[in-house]
Amino acid sequence: MKYVGGVDVGSTQTKAVIIDENCKVVGRALLDMETSMVTVAEDAFTAALADAGIERGDVVRVAGTGYGRYNVTFGDEQVTEISCHARGAVALFPNTRTVIDIGGQDTKAIAVKPDGQVADFTMNDKCAAGTGRFLGAASYALEMPLGELGPLALKSQNPVRITTTCTVFAESEIISHLARGILPEDVLMGVHQAITSRCVALARRVGIHDEVTFTGGVSRNVAMVQLIEKAVKMKINVSPDAHFCGALGAALMAHEHAFQPAAQTAAEAA
Amino acid sequence: MSTETIDTTASTANSNGVLPGEFDARLEGQRLMTAWYAGLEQANARQQHVANVFVMGNAVEILRTFDFQLVFPEINSLQTGVRKVSEDYLRESEDYGYSPDVCSYVKADVGLILREQKHPAGLIPKADIAITSNMCSTFIKWGEIWERMLKTQTFTLDLPGQRAGNWQVRRGDAQHMSDAQWVESQFRDLIARCEKITGKKFDLDRLAEVEQRVNQMVFHWNNVMALNRACPAPFNAMLDGLTYMGIMNVYRGTVEGVEFMRKLEEQLRAKVARGEGRVAEERFRLLFSGTPCYVSMRRLIELFESWGGVFAYSDYLTFAAGGMDAGELAYDTSRPLESLAEVTALAAQRGMSNQFFAHERLAQQIKDYDVDGIVFHGIKSCRFVSSGMADTRNYLNKRLNMPSLYIESDLIDPRYWSDAQIKNRVDAFFESLHQRGGSAPQSGKPVAQPSRSEA
Repeated sequence: MKYVGGVDVGSTQTKAVIIDENCKVVGRALLDMETSMVTVAEDAFTAALADAGIERGDVVRVAGTGYGRYNVTFGDEQVTEISCHARGAVALFPNTRTVIDIGGQDTKAIAVKPDGQVADFTMNDKCAAGTGRFLGAASYALEMPLGELGPLALKSQNPVRITTTCTVFAESEIISHLARGILPEDVLMGVHQAITSRCVALARRVGIHDEVTFTGGVSRNVAMVQLIEKAVKMKINVSPDAHFCGALGAALMAHEHAFQPAAQTAAEAA
Repeated sequence: MSTETIDTTASTANSNGVLPGEFDARLEGQRLMTAWYAGLEQANARQQHVANVFVMGNAVEILRTFDFQLVFPEINSLQTGVRKVSEDYLRESEDYGYSPDVCSYVKADVGLILREQKHPAGLIPKADIAITSNMCSTFIKWGEIWERMLKTQTFTLDLPGQRAGNWQVRRGDAQHMSDAQWVESQFRDLIARCEKITGKKFDLDRLAEVEQRVNQMVFHWNNVMALNRACPAPFNAMLDGLTYMGIMNVYRGTVEGVEFMRKLEEQLRAKVARGEGRVAEERFRLLFSGTPCYVSMRRLIELFESWGGVFAYSDYLTFAAGGMDAGELAYDTSRPLESLAEVTALAAQRGMSNQFFAHERLAQQIKDYDVDGIVFHGIKSCRFVSSGMADTRNYLNKRLNMPSLYIESDLIDPRYWSDAQIKNRVDAFFESLHQRGGSAPQSGKPVAQPSRSEA
């Protein structure tokens, strides 16, 4: 059996996925970002190989994606995470037409065609408000792990309105609310609502069409999922592999180019 | 995917892609701009009068008849960007108290004033008069800054703009003629002011001569633009085109300007005949909508050309080339002042209606230049020019299924250029163009032939 890999080097974490010739995921790895992107990409890929129980020589092609895609020095190709998230989301949920991806410092909305091609996309620009970094600021201010933010926010009865549009100032706004005696869950729900408002506005620019698939690390946050569903007025798809969607999409690109020669030729021409 | 810049030059061509003995527009453009700045530096010693003008709505034809040395503050500002020193000037004006939100052209100019007019290209003389207009609301405020900081007297032209979204002034209709009369009356006031400043009497024949040269320049300009309908496109509208546009503005109505445009057309015709393009392998033809990012323009072009993408046209070349891009806007030199007013009124109205009719105009240009995608560039400095882009983008996407990309930076403020973010968007755009399965443009496709008979 031959395998291909995808490595998604993001701003806060690096994800690696190994798939087999039948596009079945056989290995995954998730590592926090280190000083060297090259090293973390290598380490994540090695960890995914170990998870799959295969040797490096069994992998015939690797695609790098994410902002650090050119740091996947062992990669055979580089593809943007926009194309990869679209491809990965359609693989996970074939009826996907809109992808909302919230990562560490990027939020993007992608309109996709039935075959996984990107029809249109939009991203946050020049500002990390509405991204995972906003939750990071809340986590820091509340001295609470990221994984606990969503469940606590859902206990809110009277959410505050976070007015700042700056991630840096959000932290001081959170602290000032807490200092006034506002409950942490109410502050947190305000933070989640602020992010939702931003990311849904982005999604509206490309058009929100059923089905919507939520990808990226923030998709593991239950409060975010509920708030986005409420805002777009429909159930949204969230896969247990949502965090790996970009890496999966990259692996699928590598698969296409490794096992479909015509596609490979076209990719190399690009 | 290749990340290397494509070698655009033939083996015998120089680094500008020009064969030995051929007209080198970039080199000649640089020479003319250097000569212009040298002329500015010598203006005081030569006791020449100086006028500040903007590239739109500027009455340059009248000023030329009085031999004013013309200062283009917008071009001074963009040149600080091209020369990679804009941030120094911007910070100087911000330290003085200007907000980061103010137009970076204005701030670079304020920085210039604070540096006692020392520009990287030379000393800029203080103006005897500044011509402003309502074609950009910032122009008027900019004029007020000169009045306050330099005691420069201003003359503000009130140019009637668009009245409604579903109605456009047509040449010769009652509204146009009424507008033209209003503009003409202001020109007469301006002439009186110029006579007072220079002590010279206005010469109507000289105005006709200047207009005749402008007509010739516009004739060649339109032909040059049309030559880029050829595949492969002989020049990049957002790199070479900006050089051509600089000459159109700075040398408008001059002998040097006519010569430059004539030789340029000749050289590009030869290039098209040889089947040579700006890039070695033209794979995607694009249209650029919005204003440039002068401080990073080469980098932006490199990002696109590494994918074989060339900007065949840009609407920036339409509205920032003096407002006379359309062939029918030639001057009637038998009645120079009236014709100047008529053309100015019409060009201004078109310039200020860009948001009303951008979708129609771009749809036509997409067809004319046979483009595969359109790139919108919003700028921090001017939300006005960027505000209609979302509507236009939606229209072109839904009605024409035209792929588009929106990127954002600034005219000359390097702090708004995020290389990784922009590269990411550009790469994703080309990936989607590639996925659409569009074949590479067909080389040797016949060019839409521009007219050979001069106006």
